[in-house]
Formats: sequence, C-alpha cells, structure tokens
Amino acid sequence: MNKGWLVIRSRHFRVSFRLERRVPAVLLTLLLVTLAAMALNVGQGEYPISPLEVLKTILGLETDNPDYPFVVNTLRLPRTIVAYLAGVGLAISGTILQGVIRNPLADPSLIGINAGASLAAVTLIVLVPSVPLFALPLSAFGGALAVSVLIYLLAWDKGSSPIRLILVGVGLDAISRALTTLMVTFGEINSVSQALVWLAGSVYGRTWEHVWSLLPWLVVLVPLAFVLAKQLNALNLGDDVARSLGSQVEWQRGLLLVVSVALVGASVATAGTIAFVGLIAPHLGRQLVGPTHEGLIPVSALMGGLIVVLADWLGRVLFAPIELPCGVITAAVGAPYFLYLLVRNRKP
Amino acid sequence: MTSPMHSMNLLSTRRLTLAYDGTSIIMNLDLAIPAGKITTLVGPNGCGKSTLLRGLARLLKPRAGTVNLDGADIFKLSSKAVAKRLGILPQGPVAPEGLTVRDLVAQGRYPYQNWLQQWSKEDERLVEQALATTGMTALADRALDTLSGGQRQRAWIAMALAQDTEILLLDEPTTFLDLAHQVEVLDLLYELNQTEGRTIVMVLHDLNQACRYADYLVAVREGQVWAEGLPAQVMTEAMVREVFGLECRIVTDPVAGTPMCVPLGRKFNLQDVRL
Repeated sequence: MNKGWLVIRSRHFRVSFRLERRVPAVLLTLLLVTLAAMALNVGQGEYPISPLEVLKTILGLETDNPDYPFVVNTLRLPRTIVAYLAGVGLAISGTILQGVIRNPLADPSLIGINAGASLAAVTLIVLVPSVPLFALPLSAFGGALAVSVLIYLLAWDKGSSPIRLILVGVGLDAISRALTTLMVTFGEINSVSQALVWLAGSVYGRTWEHVWSLLPWLVVLVPLAFVLAKQLNALNLGDDVARSLGSQVEWQRGLLLVVSVALVGASVATAGTIAFVGLIAPHLGRQLVGPTHEGLIPVSALMGGLIVVLADWLGRVLFAPIELPCGVITAAVGAPYFLYLLVRNRKP
Repeated sequence: MTSPMHSMNLLSTRRLTLAYDGTSIIMNLDLAIPAGKITTLVGPNGCGKSTLLRGLARLLKPRAGTVNLDGADIFKLSSKAVAKRLGILPQGPVAPEGLTVRDLVAQGRYPYQNWLQQWSKEDERLVEQALATTGMTALADRALDTLSGGQRQRAWIAMALAQDTEILLLDEPTTFLDLAHQVEVLDLLYELNQTEGRTIVMVLHDLNQACRYADYLVAVREGQVWAEGLPAQVMTEAMVREVFGLECRIVTDPVAGTPMCVPLGRKFNLQDVRL
C-alpha cells in the first residue's frame, strides 16, 4: 500500500505525517554533497588547504599548520556559510512564490522583489555609510515588502491573476533597478564602491557578523515555511479548489508571501542580489521529489544552499586569481536555464 | 457521514443576489436543493448557472440574500466546517505538473488535518476508498498530466470524494470529454448518489443527459429560476423556446424513457417537421 509515501504515525497520540518516499535519501545526498562542496570552497584560495585538513581544522583537531585555524575559521568559513544560508533563503522564497502564484517560472529575482530589497539596502548604504550590519536585512525586507505590496495592489484584479502579477513585477523590477543606479550615481564614492561590490551578489569578505545577522531570520522563517507547506499544496490546486477544501485563501496567500519576501530581504541584504537561485532550486527539487511541498521545501532549500556554495567556488576557481561574484555565476547558468524553461513551458 | 435524509432541503438560497463587479448575475433567487437527490442546473451561456453554483459553494459572497446550509448562513460557518459537508469541483481544474493521482486525492483530506495530525488512518482509508470507487487505484501512482481527460476528471472526482462531504457540487463535469467518457463520469456520479446517498448538484450543457441523470431539473434564465421540478415537467418545448430561444420537439428517450430534446433551427424549420 502507498507505494509513494513514507508514513509516520503515532499509536498513542493524534500525530501523523506523510512524506514522499524519495525525500530522506535525496536530503541525505544533498547534505553530503554540500559538505564536500563547502570543504572544497573553504580550501580554495591563494593559500590552498586540502579538504581533509579543512575538516580537521573546523572540528578543532590537530593540523599540520598553525595558521589553518585563522585562515579557515576566521577568513573563509563565514563566507561559505553566508553563501549557503543565502542560497537556502532564496530557494525557499522561490519555492513559495512559485506555489502561491501557480507559475513555475516565477522567481523573486524576476519580479522585482530582489531589486526592491537591493534598492532599500543600497539607499541605506549610500545615505548612512556608518549603518550597523543588522539594519541591512531590515531595510532590505522593507524594500522587498514595498515592491510586493505594490505588485499586489497594481496586479490585483479579483484575485490577482498570475500573468498580470508577473508583468507588473517585471515593470517594478526595471524601476527599482533604475532607482538603484540613480542612488549609485549620486552617492559618495566610498560608500558607492562598497554598494557596488555588494550589488553584484558577492559573498566576498563576509564575516561571522554577517552570519549572525542572517541566521536569526532563517531560524524563524524556515520552520514557518515548513509549517505552511500544507497550505501551499492547497493553493497550488487553484483558488476555487483551495477554498472548497476549506483554506482561507487570501489570508494564507498573504502569510506565505510575507515569509517569501522576508527570506529574500534577509538573503539579499547579506549576500547581494544573487539571481535565479529561487528559480532553479525548486525546479531541480521538483524533478527529484515531485511537487508536494512537505518534501519539496526542504529539498529545494538544500539545493539552493548547494548552488550558491558551488557558484562561489566556481567564481573563485575559473579565472583565479581574479574572483567572479557568485551572483555572476548563477546568472550565467540561470539565464539560459530560464530560457529553456520558457521554451519548454510554451507548449501547453 | 451523517444521514443526508434528516431534512428535505440541506442547501437552499433565500432572495440570493450574486454579482461580479457590480453587474448582478443572479437576482433575488430562491432555490431549495432536495437532499439525497441529483439536481441539475441547465440554461444558456451566461444565464448565471455557474455563478449560482459558485454561490452555493461559498466561493462567491452574496451581494444580498443568503445561502443556507441546514438552515445556517453558509458565510457564518467556518471554512473548514463547510468543507467537511460540501465539496465543489470547479470547471476545468488544473493540477501542478508531476502531481500524482494519489497526491491529488490526498488533498481532499485537507479540512480534516491539522499541524500534528496530517495523515491519520481515517485519511488513508478514505483516500484508498475514493480511488477504488472511481476505479483509479491502478493509476494512483501516475502523474495527472500523463492521463487521458476522462481519467483526469475521475481523479478530481476522487479528490472530492475523499473530502467525504454529503453534498457534492460539480460545474460541467463532462466538458472536454468524449461521449463515452461523459457517460462514464455521469454513471459514476449516479452510482455515488444511489449507493451513498450523496446530494449532487451539477451544471450540465447537454439537456438530454441532464434529463437522464437528474431527479430534479432547474432551468435558469437571466439570473432567475424559470422552471424547476421533475425533468418530465420542466423539459417542455415552451421551456426550451423561452429559456434557450430555440424551437424543438420533445420526444421520449428510447432508452431511458426521459424527455429528449430534438432541436429544429433554420435548416429544419417548422414546416418540414411531421412528428
């Protein structure tokens, strides 16, 4: 019975869950690959360290070189962790957005939510150069939220149609980018150069401070996303069916969008605008475990983290010693992938 | 399931007015859906029959008047409470790519689940039962987008069955199906009504199928009920002329014995007809 599901059910309490059977194996594989990629990423640089030494250093074991703890734990590890966390945030955000607006081509970075977050963050960096780090996610969240509210208001037509939502989003994306350019043009040179590096979507020079400013957002929002997975499944069948099943559609959709937007805000504020992760990760996730969100959200989260860590690594290896921001790598891979999906989705 | 027979009319409207963007589609409509029977709504395009169905299903908030479920205003009941008693299958629903039949049918259990109790024994039993009733057990692990139109429609009906509601509303459940699959879906609904006593309300385009399967026929014209009752009473040449603007002859269905509408038109006009 139930070939496709793994069922967990308590004999004594009214507690039960079910999960797509493939999910645990896929999660485990992703986790192992991610750990390997992280070790590789941390080892890479002007001062190469083998993955095994990296692992030993992180675990606090004796290593060949007394400099390793500083290089690994202080300089390189936080950067990789920031890349990973940002990827997780962007991927979950994209998964939620695709489910809510029932469009597999949706991605926060395509409909202006990322751009709104950057605009708010760049404005803050340029106007208040001495801004404390923890304020950036807040302002980025504000910017992302403002754009989403605008999209919702402008695209609202008796229950926001997906196509309209995307068209309005693309327009707002262009406007936000233009305003960001304006800020950069008129800003003071030092703060602008800081903003520019960040805008390209780079995890260059990220420290533990950045990790601690991003982590709390994920600790709250990721479990919330898991809890809302069931609502996302209902919404994915269309408003009428969801309502017929007893879902409070407007309320659930609003809550899910806020979670999605907050994840973008926090991720973008810490790692800049890394595009297409929110598009690619859920897509690969669906190929692996299908469209049911209880399994899809964790799988695409790990996938997103892995993508950004790999992108960061590639960006540093490809043209070493020149370093490409990971946002450039995800865009170089993501844009053709988006076109491929566009062509494939054209036939009904 | 609670017995559907304890009251004659489970679902009814009182002076119901439904509107989209200020345009009234249904006006001051009083209708009582007989419990445990199959009720079919017929009418020309744009007469408001689908809107009426949406109103009955709580998908559309009335401009005025009420929809009552067991005497209580349906908009004063909680969403989940209504969802346990009344299910609706909209016209041409679309499932996400790659969703399997079993995943879809399991969605029917949504109103019975909460954060901790997401897959009870009862959920599992009713999903398996819904799959068996609709003949979808063998196809349960197939993705919906790989099935034929008829199979897909059966899968959606299975989802509505897993919801375990005494009332089932369906908006044109036979659209886009070939004739054999239309009959198959209607037979399935008829059997559900007969064996489980479910109250079924559906919008149908084909008048002859409506007469064959309905216990109670409602003809809707310009947002009003023009006639309602047994198909033999409602289905008259005058009704088809007034409601659909079409001349026809009513004969007896040689198989079912129910009224059958044979349209005239410009090619075959009144002078030619010798019935």
